[in-house]
Amino acid sequence: MILSGSGVVVGLLQGNSEAWVLDRWQFGGNLLYHYLYPQFNMGIILLIFIIETLHLRTRKDFYRKAADFWVKIFAPAFVIGAVTGIPLEFGFGTNWAIFSKVSGGVIGQTLAMEGVFAFFLESAFLAIYIYGQDMFGAWGRWVSALAILVGSWGSAYFILSVNAWMQHPVGYEKLPDGQLALKHFWEFLLNPWLYSHQLEHVLNGAVITGCFAMAGLGAFYVLSGRDVEYGRFFVTLGVVVGVFASLMQVWPFGDAESRAVSEQQPIKLAAQEGVFDTERGAPWVLIGQISMEQQKIVNPVEIPRFLSFLAYRDWNSRVEGLDAFPKKLWPDNVPFVYYGFRSMVLLGFLFAGMMVLAALLLLWGGRLFRARWMLWVLMLSPPLPFVANSVGWITAETGRQPWIAYGLLRTSQSASPLVGVGSLYFTLAGMLGVFALLSLLYAVIVLGLIRGGPEEEQELEGEELKVGG
Amino acid sequence: METIWFIVVCFLLISYVVLDGFDLGAGTLHLLVAREDRERRAVLMAVGPVWDGNEVALVASGGALILAFPSLYASALSGFYLPMFIVFWLLVLRGVSIEVRQTMNDPLWHSFWDFTFFLGSALLPFAFGTALANVMRGLPLHENGFFFMPLWTDFDPLSSHPGILDWYTTIIGFLAFFALATHGANFLAVRTRGEVRARARIFSISGWVATLVLTVLGTVSTFYLFPRRLDNFFGMPWGLAFPLAALGGLAGMGYFALRGRDWPAFASSALYVAGMLASTAFSLFPDVLPATNPANSLTVHNASTTTHGLVVGMISWLVGMVLAAAWFFITYGLFFRERIEEEG
Repeated sequence: MILSGSGVVVGLLQGNSEAWVLDRWQFGGNLLYHYLYPQFNMGIILLIFIIETLHLRTRKDFYRKAADFWVKIFAPAFVIGAVTGIPLEFGFGTNWAIFSKVSGGVIGQTLAMEGVFAFFLESAFLAIYIYGQDMFGAWGRWVSALAILVGSWGSAYFILSVNAWMQHPVGYEKLPDGQLALKHFWEFLLNPWLYSHQLEHVLNGAVITGCFAMAGLGAFYVLSGRDVEYGRFFVTLGVVVGVFASLMQVWPFGDAESRAVSEQQPIKLAAQEGVFDTERGAPWVLIGQISMEQQKIVNPVEIPRFLSFLAYRDWNSRVEGLDAFPKKLWPDNVPFVYYGFRSMVLLGFLFAGMMVLAALLLLWGGRLFRARWMLWVLMLSPPLPFVANSVGWITAETGRQPWIAYGLLRTSQSASPLVGVGSLYFTLAGMLGVFALLSLLYAVIVLGLIRGGPEEEQELEGEELKVGG
Repeated sequence: METIWFIVVCFLLISYVVLDGFDLGAGTLHLLVAREDRERRAVLMAVGPVWDGNEVALVASGGALILAFPSLYASALSGFYLPMFIVFWLLVLRGVSIEVRQTMNDPLWHSFWDFTFFLGSALLPFAFGTALANVMRGLPLHENGFFFMPLWTDFDPLSSHPGILDWYTTIIGFLAFFALATHGANFLAVRTRGEVRARARIFSISGWVATLVLTVLGTVSTFYLFPRRLDNFFGMPWGLAFPLAALGGLAGMGYFALRGRDWPAFASSALYVAGMLASTAFSLFPDVLPATNPANSLTVHNASTTTHGLVVGMISWLVGMVLAAAWFFITYGLFFRERIEEEG
């Protein structure tokens, strides 16, 4: 591991020492907001694909309407995801010019592949799915849903490989002028970071978001006694897929990713677990207040020796605390990493618990639909997976600090050198305004669709105007 | 290999402008060519299935750019920081306008989104034209390859502290605006029928006149201000094929528009836009970001990554592009088959 103190890539250029914190707010804020939409869509498109498969086998109109209804919720989220994603693709250049200049030759590989492999596929088949309804039968719909599923998950793969390189740079070489270049394509594309279950962890997190959204809306229809048949179907589908997804998120995916962190980024592990002092047989803190002044967890509720077991599969193994590393290598906001990780893990357990309970009630002769309290729980829970995915990413990215590319290049040296603080405040303010507008619009659209319900045959924009010969 | 990637990036950017150009143009004109609600919806029907796919070409250009020319990507995007963000917001506004208009059946709601659709569509071509003119003019690059441009300074293109808007870049901005509006009119003439089509044809002709005048003005001022942009045409006369293509396109736009032949007129405006952009790229080569002090210019050679990275990138890009082209032809084949009819 390269943790010699200063970055390997030095002296190329100095970033903007005043503005880089604002650059982080700009890029991080944009990412967090953007990812609310793709995580929902990646989950929902899987469920839509399952509904289309049911439609293909049974040819029941019920399934066609159910799929149409969810596509109507999916489509505007797709558009918002696309328009908030464009500034991210270009944000590497606008806000992190030094980082782009140094590592663009490496991470550019998958950024370019995302466009040609994933986005063209996704946008072409979404257009066919929405506007071409009349032209195709059940098979056309099924193929389109599959293509959108492949496109959106593929897009996640390419972007995650960029992130994996930032967490764990591989496959590159350093040029005399300080820039980096691609050396081994396959090593870069098959980054072990990505395959330590990180890819599955992220995609499965999106599936959980989709399942809770579907089950939650279904619960609303059942509780309010309208479109009950659809409501029951949505609850059933969301719970059946959700119980597998939320259990697998705890084990094996979440567990495996934590172990990868303990091997590759021990400082992040110490920060996310709140371990200040190196010890053997370290306890796992369920919750407790972190104090940077006292350098410990105050009032911890903990499970003895469990962290040693989790990290190294040995109840007595030695876990390195933050004290094992010089302070300049610590993440610059340890409490954020610690609380982010705790929130994600506790929410993960909560999801597994809720889904198992709902699934048992469902299996127990369909008692779920009479258990109003459980339906209430399902109806109110859809926002939680969004929170869990967001704090998960906050843990991963804030925990990576002070590096933009782990062990290679510091974030503070990577910002655009000539973009001033004034410009950044301007674009930050503008970004907040745009996001407020988008949130409001999406809420209006979705509430309208929910009020209309799956039965309402008011259509997909496309069907209103006939395409005549 | 650098040169091949230069061609690839130009190809993607030109595809983006030609493709998104017609739906931007359609958005610019829709308030004028479509007066009633059903007519407006016909315009949205024409744009709806394709605009998002067209914008993917922009994202694909960004990916190709950072892969092949990381220094160019870093310098250009951070230097044009403010206009880039304005472009992002316009893209947001426009995309959202298309999607949310039909979600509520209310005349005020419709009017509002019709206007924002117009605003986003009209300002984007202007911004793109201005950006291109800035590159033609040259940028105040420092020795480290970076620059930052304010939105305007003294409006003099030969100033020592140029801003993004000066009289020259403004002319090119208007040229882009009118050229793409005309391209959009031709697109609507191809895709619609009835009143919308009749009005689109009128705008195709008047837009052609404006494009013609501004093309002459823009070309003359380019070569008057920056005579070195002529060098490549003297050095490699085959490159004259690009301006000739643009001229052919320009002539065709007028000829076919006057005869009411929609498809050839649409093809001509596509040819014109592609020809103009290709001429520009040709006149810049091997510079990718010329500096006001030529010693600091970024070229295909000093802005690119290693040959290994370029070769590997080319292989995966080609595979992806073949697939992308297939999806592209499937969608366009489906949606361009029949004209859109307005319904009462």
